[in-house]
Amino acid sequence: MKVALSSKGQTIESQLEERFGRSPNFIIYDLGNDSYQAIDNTQILNSAQGAGIQAAENIVNTGVDALISGNVGPKAFRALQAAGIDIYLTRGTTVKKALDDFKKGKLSKAKSNNVDGHWF
Amino acid sequence: MQIAIASGKGGTGKTIVSSNLAYYLNKIGKSVALIDCDVEEPNNHIFYEPTWFADENVNRLVPQVDTIRCTGCEKCAEFCQFGAIVCLKGKVLTFPELCHSCAGCINICPTSALEKTSRKIGEVQLGLKDNLLIVQGMLRVGEAMSPPLIKEVKRHGIGKEIVIIDCPPGTSCPMIQAVKGSDFVLLVTEPTPFGLNDLKLAVETIRELGIPFALCLNRSTIGDEKVWDYCKIENIPIILEIPDDRQIAEAYSQGKLFLEVLPHYEKVFVELLTSLEEIKSC
Amino acid sequence: MLKELVVISGKGGTGKTSIVASLATLIDNKVLADCDVDAADLHLVLNPRILEEYEFRSGKTAYINKEKCTQCKKCLELCRFDAIGDDLIIDKVSCEGCGVCVYFCPLGAIEFKDNLSGHWFISSTTYGPLVHAKLGIAEENSGKLVTLVKSQARKVAMEQNKELILVDGSPGIGCPVIASISGANLVLVVTEPTLSGIHDLERVISLTEHFNIETAVCINKADINYEMTEKILNNCQKQGLPVVGIIPYDNSVTKAQIQGISILDLAPESKTAKEIKKLEKELKLLLN
Repeated sequence: MKVALSSKGQTIESQLEERFGRSPNFIIYDLGNDSYQAIDNTQILNSAQGAGIQAAENIVNTGVDALISGNVGPKAFRALQAAGIDIYLTRGTTVKKALDDFKKGKLSKAKSNNVDGHWF
Repeated sequence: MQIAIASGKGGTGKTIVSSNLAYYLNKIGKSVALIDCDVEEPNNHIFYEPTWFADENVNRLVPQVDTIRCTGCEKCAEFCQFGAIVCLKGKVLTFPELCHSCAGCINICPTSALEKTSRKIGEVQLGLKDNLLIVQGMLRVGEAMSPPLIKEVKRHGIGKEIVIIDCPPGTSCPMIQAVKGSDFVLLVTEPTPFGLNDLKLAVETIRELGIPFALCLNRSTIGDEKVWDYCKIENIPIILEIPDDRQIAEAYSQGKLFLEVLPHYEKVFVELLTSLEEIKSC
Repeated sequence: MLKELVVISGKGGTGKTSIVASLATLIDNKVLADCDVDAADLHLVLNPRILEEYEFRSGKTAYINKEKCTQCKKCLELCRFDAIGDDLIIDKVSCEGCGVCVYFCPLGAIEFKDNLSGHWFISSTTYGPLVHAKLGIAEENSGKLVTLVKSQARKVAMEQNKELILVDGSPGIGCPVIASISGANLVLVVTEPTLSGIHDLERVISLTEHFNIETAVCINKADINYEMTEKILNNCQKQGLPVVGIIPYDNSVTKAQIQGISILDLAPESKTAKEIKKLEKELKLLLN
């Protein structure tokens, strides 16, 4: 199983980024062999609208099964849901700690977007 | 005659000019429509409290996916310039709030799996006060595309002798949509460095559109001479000057038309009309 | 830790930029960012020296290549924005950059070119670095440019070890404002005691509340209408919003603008200058 985490930096020691669409990086963690890679999301940082949708496309293409982030807006939520990616929300932690919590089953699955999007 | 009242940025007195000009023209017996195209923040009604007599929904075209016909070929998603369609793992998702209604996706789909459907973007409201027709648009909260609504709002002025259009501030699409098709543009600014800077942006935009225009100076007694100097060099007539008068600011703050409270100012509007006639005849 | 203070106003013309310029003279160790990219005015009072200039590209526009065109008018029929005239010239102001004509032209006679939508700059001023931008005439996507200006200001702040980013935000309640306030530690809303001022203040506050950003209010030109000022004070109290500045209507603000200086330099002993100093202290308390 592969998990994507929104991250301020490129390592698992980085702080978990609270924003999904405008997260500078994603850490793609493979639970099967405990390895990870960082993907750059900064291209999307510069887009005005639809950042969440583009970020969703970005991580769907990496083949992950779940996402851990701080906030997910309505458009990104719809996109992730359509792609069958489960969403887990947590905040104020590091990527590593969020992963540990996820493995221990401490994070619960989000049923709807927790923030409204760019337009509301 | 359609006159658009515009400015490079908000807060220069556009609404003061349009609401009072419409009031004056109506008072001297013209058949007038006051069209508030600032659909994010229509404010003219504050000065009139009109009786609203009609309310119409405004819709625009957006695509809808027929999941049975869709083969997940992704042609629509590749085509869309606005990111309003994505295809994730073979499923097509549309995001109407990002759609510009170009219908490209509908035309492109090889299996006709995209259908036209409509999305409400706002309302047009019509009101009357002492024979003056007041039209305003209310953009639905969360809706980003105001130009199609502005176009609809403007349509309701047709048939009136004089149509006054209060434009949204700025120099981008909504302002251009509001100004388009007008016979004349009255730009409103203040004689300050900020005012001059914003005026230059507005002038460039109106010149691009090729519509004759003149300037209205609000709070004309504050500030410096630079706006006058600029207008002289650029050959822009200044046809209305409203002095910096605390009583005007107070009337505005209370939601009152200053011509009603301070009728001696009617003379500046008399002069405005004379100047307009002169410009029209040459 | 790096903090971000964004000054916004809802309605235009409340004196937002003049207040930012005054705060700029009082607060040390900061980066300034002008996010009012449609009508940027902050540079007029800060006299920046441009150090770096960049192009901002966004969206596309279609152009018909007359040599390849056979005047079949398919494009004219399909364009939903009335951007193509009978003369088969595309009006670049009306063109939305949707690409329909480009795709469907049977002869491939329509080119699709990137727009140069504006420029952005990194400058130096007496009061610290300034990141600012100029959007081209009739260009859209100011939200995107705002996001760009903010992220560059953040980068400069990190590189130079600054404590604060002071942002002159965009007017209104639309996309550019949302882009301006995103990620802010504190938003200062500058309002005026008029009916439309109150109305716009409410809309802006619902926005900052929505994004859960700490918000303070400053009433400018407060003596224009005492009744309305009182009303704003009451509303803010009810909503638990601190009113951190009550500034009188003062023509010397305009005089300062004309001389390209701050009111604090022009009339340091005036009531307005004192109120702005008080405002700065209150903001510092809220930020720390």
